[in-house]
Amino acid sequence: MAEKKNCDANSPKGNNCTHHSEERRTFLKQSSAMMALALTPPTVLKAADLDEKVAEKFEKVPVTLEINGVKQKLSVEPRVTVLDLLREQLNLTGTKKGCDYGQCGACTVHIDGTRVNSCLTFAVMQDGKKITTIEGLAAGEELHPMQEAFIKHDGFQCGYCTPGQIMSAVACIREGHANSEAEIREYMSGNICRCGAYPNIVNAILEVKNGGQKV
Amino acid sequence: MSINYIMKEQLLKDGVIGDPMNRVDGRMKVTGRARYSAEFELPNLAHAVLVTSTIAKGRIKSLETKVAERAPGVLAVISHLNSPKVPGFAQHDHPAEPPTGGQPLRVFYNDKVYSNGQPIALVVADTFERALYASSLVKAQYEQEKHTTDFEANKEKAFIPSQAKNNKNSHLADYVRGEEDAYKTADIKIEAEYTQPTEVHNPMELQAIVAHWEAEDKLTVYDKTQAVKGTQNAFAKDWNIPVENVKVIATFVGGAFGNGLHTWPHETAAIIAAKKVNRPVKLMLTREQMFFMVGYRPHTWQKIGMSATADGKLTAITHESIGQTSSYEEFTESTLQQSKMMYACPNVTTRYRILALDVSTPIWMRGPGEATGAFALESAMDEMAYALNIDPIEFRMLNHTERDPEKNLPWSTKYLKECIQLGAERIGWEKRQLKPRSLKFGEWLVGYGMGVGTFGANFRMARARARMLADGSVIIQSATTDIGPGTGTAMVQIAADALGVPPDKITFQLGNSAFPHSPSQGGSSTVSSVGSAVHAVCIALKEKIQQLGGTAFSAVTPEDITIIGGMITVPNDASAKVAYVDLLKQNNLQEIDVTAEAKPDDERKNYSMYSFSVHFAEVHVHPVTGVVRVNKVVSCADAGTIVNEKTAGNQMIGGAVGGIGMALMEAAVIDDRFGRYVTKDLAEYHVPVHADIPKVDVIFVNKPDLHVNPIGTKGIGEIALIGMAPAIANAVFNATGKRIRELPITPDKLI
Repeated sequence: MAEKKNCDANSPKGNNCTHHSEERRTFLKQSSAMMALALTPPTVLKAADLDEKVAEKFEKVPVTLEINGVKQKLSVEPRVTVLDLLREQLNLTGTKKGCDYGQCGACTVHIDGTRVNSCLTFAVMQDGKKITTIEGLAAGEELHPMQEAFIKHDGFQCGYCTPGQIMSAVACIREGHANSEAEIREYMSGNICRCGAYPNIVNAILEVKNGGQKV
Repeated sequence: MSINYIMKEQLLKDGVIGDPMNRVDGRMKVTGRARYSAEFELPNLAHAVLVTSTIAKGRIKSLETKVAERAPGVLAVISHLNSPKVPGFAQHDHPAEPPTGGQPLRVFYNDKVYSNGQPIALVVADTFERALYASSLVKAQYEQEKHTTDFEANKEKAFIPSQAKNNKNSHLADYVRGEEDAYKTADIKIEAEYTQPTEVHNPMELQAIVAHWEAEDKLTVYDKTQAVKGTQNAFAKDWNIPVENVKVIATFVGGAFGNGLHTWPHETAAIIAAKKVNRPVKLMLTREQMFFMVGYRPHTWQKIGMSATADGKLTAITHESIGQTSSYEEFTESTLQQSKMMYACPNVTTRYRILALDVSTPIWMRGPGEATGAFALESAMDEMAYALNIDPIEFRMLNHTERDPEKNLPWSTKYLKECIQLGAERIGWEKRQLKPRSLKFGEWLVGYGMGVGTFGANFRMARARARMLADGSVIIQSATTDIGPGTGTAMVQIAADALGVPPDKITFQLGNSAFPHSPSQGGSSTVSSVGSAVHAVCIALKEKIQQLGGTAFSAVTPEDITIIGGMITVPNDASAKVAYVDLLKQNNLQEIDVTAEAKPDDERKNYSMYSFSVHFAEVHVHPVTGVVRVNKVVSCADAGTIVNEKTAGNQMIGGAVGGIGMALMEAAVIDDRFGRYVTKDLAEYHVPVHADIPKVDVIFVNKPDLHVNPIGTKGIGEIALIGMAPAIANAVFNATGKRIRELPITPDKLI
């Protein structure tokens, strides 16, 4: 699953970095599996088994994603969101599910540097892209300045919206939308904190912005 | 935010109590390493998705599950037709019969539907996507009965809760002090009705559970709950297995605000599923389901009659309320408490009723009934102040009471007057004009308002275990949870203070039912209860050290012993000095392990114990659009000792934010034709976002109340919110001259 593969996401063909020959091979393999299934006497196969095997072969699509700096070749169903891929298949549970409708921001990640609600995008739509989650923000044990500032200003209580707030906050500064308290509030309003730590979050962002550290 | 500490010298002693320490689990939370209920990876984990009813009342005539069962990856479709029996489910027809007060919904017990959105089936599959898809293939047919969800149309069916019927001394029973309804015959009186709509907790973490039968009679759940012990007991009873065979883990809880104080149908559904498929099962509710089955602040109607003398003395208050509940459980809360005890008033009458509708059961939501009641009482106080042409602060000062008039006892401590003075100064109350529509900022109307809050300084029995390891580090355990206030951090500070051991040498572990008993994390009682247990266990640890040290410490009290850098010392006694490792060696021990209990003592009976708060708001209202902007908030609390000014301040801010939501935007709207909520996500049900929240100034009086507990804390969680909504409603009146008695104060009500 975590096989590394060189694939330049910045090349004009960034999205096509899966090799066509490989896709074809996969298709042929799937076809022969189907053929084998088709030739099995019906009495041997229960309908459910058949459904399952067909589904297994046809419901998955190869996707290559660079997640927190590690290129991963994955095979996912087209209906799998980036959020569910991270949480349920890759054990990256730092990205949170708060609504699944793009209304709360708890699932915010960076995709090619832009903040995105990962519940609103399918993994297959991001083929070849670079995804950064909260787990990939710190440099090893050294926290990102925004993480430090959140701790210092107590920019959270229960902590559930926190990864999304932090990912959004970093993007907010990078976008140039953190020039005043009012502007921060406006551009952070897609990230709900039900515990209500908003003023502390704004203070944390202001400190990082005014500190001039690279985010 | 700015937090002021006055009278800090009155703190118990110099120590880490009061320090604005960073949270002990902050690093876990900012790096994504904190694991919430749905995030425990178990081998062979299956995923479950609920199917819910689309009618509010009736029975399930048929359930088509075959197509779903055949869908790829599906392991089981569970419903009342095939669910394993839950032995603890009472075997009577309606869950409300015969136990008085009813009982929680018995999921998949029979074909009855009691509310729209009730779980009727559960699809279990090998992946989440497959379970979700297959759940769309389950089709139900119903035999519908006429439902009743319209609160207003059915108010006359409200009744006295069984608890009050059976016990005239219940706090829910009708209450009369002095003359009943005395306001009716007074010259100066007001009478008004107030409405609190249904509000939904909506913590950011969706309710989730991973259920795992480790053996036939051994259950482990990773569950979102505010009470690991309570949940453990509930499931042990359900499944008729020994309590110690049930393990409940809630290491991190992503907010709850009360909705983790009850066990809900989805939890048992997941446990049933895990039994059925013989695999661990994960079930996370959708945001929509959060509106239908995990409780809410109930829709409540209130009426206040109030009279006063021309010089501003209250003569009578009558406060009545009707709160919504379900058909199968009698949910009650202390909506009328503040009216009984807050003001010096010779004649007080309260009447509390509940109204059973075909909806799911409510549950306490932050501040709970007291916040609903304070909206009515503190709005009425403002209305009366206007009727008397007296400043609302002066009116409250005139009716301040130095004794609890309900219990006829002295307060343990009460610094409400100080709170009001400090807050008034900070908000700039002197700018306020008594006459509405007097102040403007550009084209915006400006108004100031205030509201008072109070909540019982609760203390419930708790236990803690402390182990001091050979390296001098300490591990303390108690079965409490941390839904966000910073429980672990506060406990480490209390322990550091009691032991004299630096905080970084102390670990506090919570969220596990195997730990010593703790009450649920509710009712603003955690620091008082668990904090007292932690304090007690630290004293017990020192006693043990003293005892093991023999003659070295025979002349001192345990309190004198300090443990610094692995050395046990006594201040002012250089001879009493032993290395901890040597002490262990001498006694042939690996570590010291003690458990202690803290519980309220009889002294509490001599006092009335409450936390107090006052909230001030400056609002700007647009005269054309009716938009209300909260420009500034000041919240002051008399909550006893403040253990950590940073986390406590944050909790106060959070309460203010919750109060702003309650005042200006939150309402769950039911479509009575279908008995179903139409507000079912965060686009339709609005909660405050960054742009809605101004600077919140927090002020603590910070005087310990040693009658409540040895640390002197009184509780913050509820008073942070209670009284905020009326402060805003009163400020809106001051700005516009419009008295809004039905929350939330949306623009349509102001234009």
